[in-house]
Amino acid sequence: MEELLEILGDLHPEVDFETCEGLIDNKILDSFDIVSIISEINDRFDITVSAEKITPENFNSAKAIYALIRELEDEE
Amino acid sequence: MQNHVLDYLNHIVSVKPDKTAFADDTQALTFRQVYEQSRAVGTYIHQKGIYKKPVVVFMRKRPKEIAAFFGIITAGDFYVPIDEEMPASRIRLILENVKAEMLICDGETAELAKQLAFDGEIVLYDDICHTRIDDAALKDIHDKAIDTDPIYIVFTSGSTGVPKGVAACHRSVIDYIEQLSEVLAFDENTVFGNQTPLYFDACLKELYPTLKFGATTYLIPRELFLFPVKLVEYLNQHQINTICWVVSALTMISAFGAFQTVVPKFLKTVAFGSEVFPIKQFEKWRAALPDAKFVNLYGPTEGTGMCCYYKVERDFAPDEALPIGRPFKNTEIILLNEKNERAGEGETGEICIRGTSLTLGYYNNFEKTGEVFVQNPLNTAYPELIYRTGDLGRYNERGELLFVSRKDYQIKHMGHRIELGEIEANVNMVEQVKLAGCIYDDVKGKIVLYYVGAIEEKDLAAALKDKLPRYMLPNRIVKLEQMPLTANGKLDRVTLKNNYQKRKEK
Repeated sequence: MEELLEILGDLHPEVDFETCEGLIDNKILDSFDIVSIISEINDRFDITVSAEKITPENFNSAKAIYALIRELEDEE
Repeated sequence: MQNHVLDYLNHIVSVKPDKTAFADDTQALTFRQVYEQSRAVGTYIHQKGIYKKPVVVFMRKRPKEIAAFFGIITAGDFYVPIDEEMPASRIRLILENVKAEMLICDGETAELAKQLAFDGEIVLYDDICHTRIDDAALKDIHDKAIDTDPIYIVFTSGSTGVPKGVAACHRSVIDYIEQLSEVLAFDENTVFGNQTPLYFDACLKELYPTLKFGATTYLIPRELFLFPVKLVEYLNQHQINTICWVVSALTMISAFGAFQTVVPKFLKTVAFGSEVFPIKQFEKWRAALPDAKFVNLYGPTEGTGMCCYYKVERDFAPDEALPIGRPFKNTEIILLNEKNERAGEGETGEICIRGTSLTLGYYNNFEKTGEVFVQNPLNTAYPELIYRTGDLGRYNERGELLFVSRKDYQIKHMGHRIELGEIEANVNMVEQVKLAGCIYDDVKGKIVLYYVGAIEEKDLAAALKDKLPRYMLPNRIVKLEQMPLTANGKLDRVTLKNNYQKRKEK
């Protein structure tokens, strides 16, 4: 989780990702951020986020993104 | 001879009155509705005595915004779109530049509109789109129109921090629409999926060909561009067959492997531009859509939309760049070397545009206009303007035009044209900042900002959100003790970039 928060914090230092629940609903993340986040977590966690996993629900909070990472880690 | 862009609409409304012209996920307008609402809006503006003047449009990106544009042209005026995505300071600069007497908003932007520093009349689209149409007055305005009259102003990044308003006229837009339609083979069955904002010239590609052919344009909801599978499903749901997108929107779909789940099976024309298309991603598109036509487009806003095209029909190595090809018919590209002479074979020169496609220049800014809209140095016999793009290009051995680099510090980022100087100027306006310097990592596509000053990185990031549009916000902010300067005391971008490269290699 620490590592994920670091990735997110690099993109948006002004957002408190530990508590923020509406990253997509409140338009905090844009398409550029999504692309950056996915390429970073693919690299650092050695997973592959496939297109069908890129949904609003999976990216709405750091918690949700982390759950997605764990799910994909378990599959590999 | 057609001398008015709305002659496309005036014709098509009698042919396909009940077909959907423009639609999004909330509303749809038929050609008859577009025609009637634009004439009502035009009548209202006419009755206020506003003629040959700018009218600001501050609406959500919806079909009605497009009808508002046409209404403004109907009144003999020119539209100036602004958007809530723009930061307040940029909107203020735009309003100061155009000094409009009227602003059209909608129910969703009305509250925000009241907070703008705007002295003119603010009207609600829904209030004026039922104005009783004055056919005689509108006919008179139409008959008096000259094809060199402006129809819109859109703003591009300016290196001093002040955006420049590019004004385009009927004639350059008609020229562009005719040539583009021929190259991309639009017709009445074309179903466009629009991606680009309505406050840039990029949307001309959909707006006017829709009128010309009686085609249909879907304004794709912006949030779908975050989610590749949903986006492709949307294309399929509406049977969209033609897209003209920035490259980053296309690569978002291919890079995440969306094609393994769903293929945009109706697409037959894919046009793109504004930035380099990595061949690896391009090949994924071509493999997914082997029968589609792929066209690379190139052109600055000052040349009305696009001015060059390249139909991709051969194979490219992964490290090759797609050519920008050749100019549209009725446009010439002149490559000028440093002596202001035509570049020799294989020689690199500045890409200069000659022809009807030139826009009128920068609104209320003769000085900046005069710097880049200049007398053709190859013609010493009569006045003839060319536009100096600041892009360097050369021809390859096949005679295809290639983009080489920029002459200055303008960059292309996420499909947007940005002056690094404009970002720096805005950072320098933050009170605690002493000096700012920006570089662009074109491999990773990141804007990196360096600064010296008594403010933390995250506070600076927050402060910039009020000043710069989203796409101009630095992706990385680094505080320095000292800014590297050249011997002349100017910002040393070369050293900044070298240090950045060294750090990255570590």
